[in-house]
Amino acid sequence: MGFPILSVIVFTPIIASLIILMIPADRKAEVRVAALAAAAFALVLSIWMYFSYDKAVAGYQFVEKHAWLPQLGISYQVGVDGMNAPLVLLTGIVMFTGVLISWKVDDRPREFFAFLFILATGVFGVFVAQDLFMLIFFYEIAVFPMYLLISIWGWKVTREYAAMKLTLYLFIGSVVALVGILAMYFTSGLGTFDMIAMEQAHFTVAFQKLVFPFVFFGFAVLGGIFPFHNWSPDGHVAAPTAVSMFHAGVLMKLGAFAALRVGIMLLPDGARFWMPWIIILTLVNVVYGAFIASVQSDFKYVIGFSSVSHMGLVAMGFATLNSQGMLGAGVQMFSHGVMTALFFAVVGMVYDQAHTREIPQLGGFRKLMPLVALAFIVGGLVSMGMPGFSGFIAEFPIFLGLWGSYPWIAIVAAISIVVTASYIIRVISRVFFGSLSPEFEGHIRDVTILDKVALVFLSGILIVLGVYPAIMVPLVQTGVQNIMRLLGGA
Amino acid sequence: MIAVNFDPSMFLAILPEILLVVLAGLVLVLDLFLPQERKGSLGWVTASGLFFIMALSLIFARPPAEPRLVWGGMVRQDSFGFVFTMLLLFGAAISSLMSIDYEKFGKRGEYYVLMLVSTLGMCFMASSSDLIMLYLAIETTSIPLYILAGLLIRDDKSTEAGFKYLLFGAMTSAIMLYGFSLLYGFSGTTNMYLIAEGVSAGHLSLAAVIGSLMLVLIGFGFKVSAVPLHFWAPDVYEGAPTPVTGFLSTASKAAGFAVLVRFLLVVFPAVTPEWRAIVAALSVATMTLGNLLALVQTNIKRMLAYSSIAHAGYMMIGVVAVTQLGATSVVFYLIAYLMTNLAAFGVVAVIGRVTGSDEMTAYYGLSRRAPGLSLILMVSFLSLAGMPPLGGFAAKFFVFAAAVNSQMIWLAIVGVLNSIIGLYYYLTVLKYVYLYPPPEEVEAVSISRSYALALGVLVVGIILIGTIFGPWVSWATAAAKALF
Repeated sequence: MGFPILSVIVFTPIIASLIILMIPADRKAEVRVAALAAAAFALVLSIWMYFSYDKAVAGYQFVEKHAWLPQLGISYQVGVDGMNAPLVLLTGIVMFTGVLISWKVDDRPREFFAFLFILATGVFGVFVAQDLFMLIFFYEIAVFPMYLLISIWGWKVTREYAAMKLTLYLFIGSVVALVGILAMYFTSGLGTFDMIAMEQAHFTVAFQKLVFPFVFFGFAVLGGIFPFHNWSPDGHVAAPTAVSMFHAGVLMKLGAFAALRVGIMLLPDGARFWMPWIIILTLVNVVYGAFIASVQSDFKYVIGFSSVSHMGLVAMGFATLNSQGMLGAGVQMFSHGVMTALFFAVVGMVYDQAHTREIPQLGGFRKLMPLVALAFIVGGLVSMGMPGFSGFIAEFPIFLGLWGSYPWIAIVAAISIVVTASYIIRVISRVFFGSLSPEFEGHIRDVTILDKVALVFLSGILIVLGVYPAIMVPLVQTGVQNIMRLLGGA
Repeated sequence: MIAVNFDPSMFLAILPEILLVVLAGLVLVLDLFLPQERKGSLGWVTASGLFFIMALSLIFARPPAEPRLVWGGMVRQDSFGFVFTMLLLFGAAISSLMSIDYEKFGKRGEYYVLMLVSTLGMCFMASSSDLIMLYLAIETTSIPLYILAGLLIRDDKSTEAGFKYLLFGAMTSAIMLYGFSLLYGFSGTTNMYLIAEGVSAGHLSLAAVIGSLMLVLIGFGFKVSAVPLHFWAPDVYEGAPTPVTGFLSTASKAAGFAVLVRFLLVVFPAVTPEWRAIVAALSVATMTLGNLLALVQTNIKRMLAYSSIAHAGYMMIGVVAVTQLGATSVVFYLIAYLMTNLAAFGVVAVIGRVTGSDEMTAYYGLSRRAPGLSLILMVSFLSLAGMPPLGGFAAKFFVFAAAVNSQMIWLAIVGVLNSIIGLYYYLTVLKYVYLYPPPEEVEAVSISRSYALALGVLVVGIILIGTIFGPWVSWATAAAKALF
């Protein structure tokens, strides 16, 4: 490949953010157009990258490698395989729809988009990184803009608290992982941070058992693993809509993906030792998250806890350490990312009009914003794992893999499906059906055309993936084979 | 080893120092002849002179590949001293740029002369290899700094700062001198490298060595503001004029670390396990106490004082590693820290001049009054917190890497936990800047040319250090190699 497509994808947002910062602050229209253009450009490139990945060859593709700090074996090295190619696409999708949804941000939009795009560069960078130093570098770039995005543009009631809590949790996670990574670097004796080289490091079992928790939990904090999930619902609720979409849709995958890429793939023996314990934590995530979601009265908290529950499924898929579970988790990361972005977009649209998110006070919004209601129902069906929607494609293999390794856990985890259905149906019936409260009569308008584009785009992806899984499943399968090779070969 | 015979090339070893004296003289003469209204250019002369000295030294006075002792063993010509000299000249140049706007001292020749003389002392601190030379260098550095800290004689806080600094400085320097005299008494020489031979050969009793080590450490600990010798820092930083505070917290600290690292690694390798334990304990105490006390500050200069104490603790992690990587990480950290802290104090100086206050309340809603300045503040604070892609991240990364490499994972973990506390208070200030509404309608903050130049150079530097590590690491490695 002559054209460095991955580097262009990674650096498009940050260059865009520098350009946006140079536009005078009062030229808000130009800021928005520039942001949309950059997001569209990144989306087109990531779609192109996704479809030109050669499944027959598999392995890491679009690889670029440049020396960064040769003295310590640090290089700038990118590449995608079947596991992270969908995640790059997901980031492109969420970034684009996030800009559409944020069109009405009126308080300092210049800074808003600039910070959002710095975040996006961090996310892209982590997904394509093939070098441990580069991974942690971009990982931390993705953490700090979140603080400003939530605390400046977030929900006034909880934003200061939630932003600080979220940032500190994630920073703790990343520095703990950093210590683990440094231990791996020096113990391997290879003198390189190259992850592909480190796959052959042959760490001793004792070392792997010791370091695995540092790396896995350090990253999994961002994946929302129990008992470190606490930042996530508060953070999601306090964040402005586009940031919630980005955060639940993409950032939580960042944690799960990094835990997989560094923890499970580089320390397979450590993973084998710890997974029976971790799977219990993920079970708590899945079931407890679903129950908590079903007792929330705030619309956004319902979605926030449902994210905790669904991200538990991802971690659970990884924890099975078998190919079905991994496959399901890989697809679930993408499917949940799009679904939860859709959910948060809907919540934002309802809140912008109603100025409340209390479910008992809402009702009858189907009549006022029919497309929004429809989109939420699509997301809800995905969330319940209904066949024909992407959620089924993702959850079915996870449960299949789970049944193979831990049948009892599978049975308990299945409870979550019922609970999920109950809270999704409750939200649909209370918010979108039912009678419209008189206070909303008259002054609630339908959403703008840009919002509609975003909703149609997101729900379309969920349906296409559900109806035609071949668009993603074989690709992820190649990535899973690579992981299984590492797990089996060690 | 010691070049006894005179050799004209020895002048090259002290070229920057010679030029500093010339520049100081030039500024004094100009001060006599320039009319009052044009004295603002004195700062520009000082800053451009310093940059010129840097350029000349880089071209003509690079150290030889093989380090050598010159001027009868007083000075060691090596990369370590050279890298620090460049760093100190840079810090002094930026500090003088930041002083130009001040009515009370920015247009006075003696201010710049004092700063130059102090820089001269610092450069010798970094390269001296003899106890007498070292003591002279430390005093040449300190005495002008005492005056600079107390420069605003009509301001109680400033005179308090100057006086406090003088008293504590004189006391610790006396104790350090006592340590020097013991070392001389036991070994019969004042040359650091010859003392080291005596220590390694076991001619000295262990108790004597450790005793004099402790005394010497008190002097150095004061210079780098390590706990328990940190207590002067907050008062002096708060009271001194802000550009002086910036100079004090960066260049003076860098020079202190140069001496600390060279002295420990060169003179005391034979008792490494002992001093390692002592410095590790100091490091933990310094970062923890600095960070915890920074949490509760309401004055930004005091907060930055405690934060700079904490940063001294992080740098000591690199010292404790006792490896070439450790020394490299300290030098790299100092480069990144000097740029970052100068930028932070630069913003504080601008705000302090416009609002007349250094309280945190003056920073409420700053982003609406001065978006550019707020971005610079954000860059420097996030770099202090250790966030990529800024210099502070790479610096922390190398320091922690050095600790892990030396089997001191526990120390890396302490450092990591501390950096989380640090993140909290840096973010709190950013919250005031970006989130809180401004107290009342205040006019926009304008930046003068000298500040724009200084802050621009620093921000570019912070980002370059954090993204392109190669050249900086090569420098730091070259410096570290000279000690092993």
